[in-house]
Amino acid sequence: MGNGTSIGRVRGLGSAKTGVHHWLLQRFTAIGNLLTGLFLAASFVMLPDLTYASVVEWLARPVPAVAMILLVVTTFWHARLGLQVLVEDYVHEHANKFACIAALNLAACGGIAFGVFCVIRLALGAHA
Amino acid sequence: MAKDGTRNRPLSPHLQIWRWGPHMFVSILHRVTGDGMAFAGLGLLLWWLGALASGPEAYALLTKCMTSPLGYVVLVGISWAFFSHMMSGLRHFVLDIGAGFELKANKTFSILAPIMGVVVTAAFWALLLLR
Repeated sequence: MGNGTSIGRVRGLGSAKTGVHHWLLQRFTAIGNLLTGLFLAASFVMLPDLTYASVVEWLARPVPAVAMILLVVTTFWHARLGLQVLVEDYVHEHANKFACIAALNLAACGGIAFGVFCVIRLALGAHA
Repeated sequence: MAKDGTRNRPLSPHLQIWRWGPHMFVSILHRVTGDGMAFAGLGLLLWWLGALASGPEAYALLTKCMTSPLGYVVLVGISWAFFSHMMSGLRHFVLDIGAGFELKANKTFSILAPIMGVVVTAAFWALLLLR
């Protein structure tokens, strides 16, 4: 291992080990989306109707409430990872790219916080 | 990237050069449906949860908007994007384990994924409207 050129400093060290982190998280959250998304789709079909009273009664139950909280977390996380790749592919100017990624992180965290709060509020008895 | 002096360098061939095939189509469709849902789908999800948490009046406004003709276009569009993205995503899982790369199988899955997306969307709405 040399210490001169940049390639010389890394040759022989193998991969950076963290390169697949983004890729793996995209898959883990995809599995989460698949399970919770199908749960939501099946619930829409199985509910007697989609009036306010029916949906709130359903969402206040423990299993649907937890499923919807997980749905919000996994879909926003997955979307954040996917949109990051979109930004990296099409926004080439460094400052713009940084601004886009920063905005993306804020939007994803804000979306998760809002969605989770709404479900908890309903599940703990508001409007029940 | 895009430093001064590099802007006029030749670009690698892109969409307008390659002959279109189902593999190319399903790959682009995966990105379009995914990024489309990231904005429209997740936005509607938050509106729905927010309206439920806010009370019957907010929910009535959501119902009014979403049962208008334009609202149904949005709902059908988002559900189609969801099931299409799910099908092409399942195709990705198969490819991720190293399977389905034979030319014929790959082409078959590429054609089947978007078709199954439409079929499952139709089945979902049939179940929803006929209950």
